[in-house]
Amino acid sequence: MAEKQISGDVRIGVYVCHCGTNIAGIIDVKEVAEYAATLPGVVVSREYKYMCSDPGQELIKQDIRDHNLTRIVVAACSPTLHEATFRKATERGGLNPYYFQMVNVREQDSWVHVDKRAATDKALDLVRAAVRRVPKHRPLERREVAIHPDVLVVGGGIAGIHAALTLANAGKKVYLVERQPTIGGHMAQFDKTFPTLDCAACILTPKMTAVKAHPNITLWTLAEVAQIDGYVGNFTVRVRHKPRFVIEGLCVGCMECIEACVFKQAKVPDEFNAGLSKRKPVYLSFPQAVPLVPVIDPETCIEFKTGKCKKTCIEVCGERNAIDLNMKERLEEIQVGTIILATGFKTFDPHRLPYYGYGTYPNVYTALEVERLVNASGPTGGEIVLRDGKKPKTVGIVHCIGSRDENTNRWCSRVCCMYSLKLAHLIKEKTEAEIYNFYIDMRTPGKTFEEFYNRIGEEGVKFVRGKVADVYPADSDGQLILRVEDTLLSRVRKIPVDMVVLAVGLEGQPDAQDVRRMFNITCSNEGWFLERHPKLAPVNTFTDGIFLAGCCQGPKDIPDSVAQAGAAASEALALIDRGSIELEPNTAYIVEEECSGCKTCIPLCPYTAITFNADTKKAFINEVLCKGCGTCVASCPSGTIRQNLFEDEEIVEEIQGVLAYV
Amino acid sequence: MSEALVGLQAAPQFEPKIVAFFCNWCTYLAADLAGTSRIKYAPNTRVVRVMCSGRIDPQFVLEAFARGADGVLIGGCHPGDCHYQEGNYKCLRRFHLLQRMLGTLGLEEARFRLEWISAAEADRLKLAVNDMVAKVRALGPLRWSVPAENLAEEVAAS
Repeated sequence: MAEKQISGDVRIGVYVCHCGTNIAGIIDVKEVAEYAATLPGVVVSREYKYMCSDPGQELIKQDIRDHNLTRIVVAACSPTLHEATFRKATERGGLNPYYFQMVNVREQDSWVHVDKRAATDKALDLVRAAVRRVPKHRPLERREVAIHPDVLVVGGGIAGIHAALTLANAGKKVYLVERQPTIGGHMAQFDKTFPTLDCAACILTPKMTAVKAHPNITLWTLAEVAQIDGYVGNFTVRVRHKPRFVIEGLCVGCMECIEACVFKQAKVPDEFNAGLSKRKPVYLSFPQAVPLVPVIDPETCIEFKTGKCKKTCIEVCGERNAIDLNMKERLEEIQVGTIILATGFKTFDPHRLPYYGYGTYPNVYTALEVERLVNASGPTGGEIVLRDGKKPKTVGIVHCIGSRDENTNRWCSRVCCMYSLKLAHLIKEKTEAEIYNFYIDMRTPGKTFEEFYNRIGEEGVKFVRGKVADVYPADSDGQLILRVEDTLLSRVRKIPVDMVVLAVGLEGQPDAQDVRRMFNITCSNEGWFLERHPKLAPVNTFTDGIFLAGCCQGPKDIPDSVAQAGAAASEALALIDRGSIELEPNTAYIVEEECSGCKTCIPLCPYTAITFNADTKKAFINEVLCKGCGTCVASCPSGTIRQNLFEDEEIVEEIQGVLAYV
Repeated sequence: MSEALVGLQAAPQFEPKIVAFFCNWCTYLAADLAGTSRIKYAPNTRVVRVMCSGRIDPQFVLEAFARGADGVLIGGCHPGDCHYQEGNYKCLRRFHLLQRMLGTLGLEEARFRLEWISAAEADRLKLAVNDMVAKVRALGPLRWSVPAENLAEEVAAS
């Protein structure tokens, strides 16, 4: 290869990755490499099967030594995937890592185009742009920031609990913030868990009490994150504590206040029992709630509504003085270095599908309601009875309610097939009812899941393949008729049942968009938080220092939630134990002698990183506060503000490069 | 593409070249997501990555048009969703001013476009790119990088 010597001492190495056939299948990588070799400054140009592999990286390192390369360009996947890899390879070759430039020819070229000629032309343009850009690169220093060792976990379901315990057991101080009066989440409402049929409470409650007892965990229930500032390693979080009206430190959990409440009969629908029972204005969510402290609901408490209650609760609490009706909402500020989001999901509201009759016919239930009915500590003490107290003799479980449906949600909620099988087993065990499962496809892809499905079939549960069209009352005896096309028999069937169970799917939390805005992460339109990479960084977000666990990232079962929580905890631990993190050195800086002191930039910075020095009459950028957006750079009328990694010259070379303007 | 328009202004084979400035956190990631989802779209864009749409200096846009771009597409985070709080609002202000200025220079509106595309909206990216490519293709080449044939005479005459 003929060596060319241009633009001073810039000697560029260009590497075009095949990525197996991912790139090479569409883009003519040989042509790209040969073309790059003709560009000014390029000394070495190669194509290679997998540039990110060890031999691929070694190639860069060796070429830097053999050919005295001073700049490296790799055309491969997205920089979000392997920019760090190749920067390191560049550094190992003895160059400043920022002498490297990545060209995205996979995600933004070979994977999105079908026309091979057009895709190759695009790759040529992009490589040319990078080759023109790199001579302008300057050596930069890494920016390191210290990581505050404390962690915030948002959400106290099984995922949040497991993440908090893992971190606390590693000796880290954890703040666990839960918005409900107790931790436990959805799992606390379940009776048994599939496919092993262990009792959910027996697995969960020891972990809940461990959270409360752990010296490294600060547990805040009835609390929400109100505001968040800062960046990885140094987050300032304001937590809003809503009043419980019972002082946690003084309450001994005797529950006499609940007994003594002037409401002799419970009147308020109980959220924990999915509205199937009633509670009083002063209540405990469930007997194993953590913390084991009642809460007063100001919406229904007579004292809050009229101010004329006898306040028998305070009377009975007596000397303990644990009830304080004047408790106010307050904000508390904490410092943490990393954050784990485990904000969970909500179940699909079947009111949205009126043809299934939920809310119209009393004997149509959601699966979550049936979970409570089956549960020994539930509203019926574990007896499966209809609203009129009778035991159902036939039960129809309807799958995919609000899942796999273009009119509601397109995704598969992953857990409904399995929990429907579980409920079929539990209902059959307790009532010996005849049970039908109406399914579109049975989805049992998990360890011992398929075996569980077979077992339920052997127990005599009936399976009908077909989506139920509607539910309507039979003429007599209060039964409901499920109309369904049995696709295996190719005919429409009308099956009368006593009880209909709607296997509702999972949805993102209704305030997921607000949460992701506050935490500066990304959320899909469907309401699931977006992971940085589905395979390589499944618990990371695009914001450093913020990790995901559990169903807030997408529907999943308990084992997967726990596994993900462990992964999120270990990612946070890795940051904490290293003590510091490298940040992109893409900060803005001012060439002081050229600054005219016009102050245009100052109000543009959302981080107040720019100040005006009254003595020198020049602007000054605080590098610690600057986050590197470059808005001030674009605004400076004299071009005095510049941005590392995104200098005007670099971007202009790129623009001219993609346009083949020489 | 509308055949009638093509016949009026451009050769049938004309493929516009569009310089796209995408912010690192939303639209660039949407473009990556389009890749991982194998969503196919027109191959006419050339993406220049910036950290924030607020970094896009109006001169970059002018540079692109002056050097031969047939269109310029800016992609940023939705209003309220900027990774840097409000850089996209600054971008929006500059966009409107610049669009007005380019209009007075005779540039058709479809050649300069701003789109809010979040990291999850790969499909929206596809639609925006395809739509813009079709419109610019119909307009024909811009050729601002080619000096006017009779420039000297025109200048002398003025």
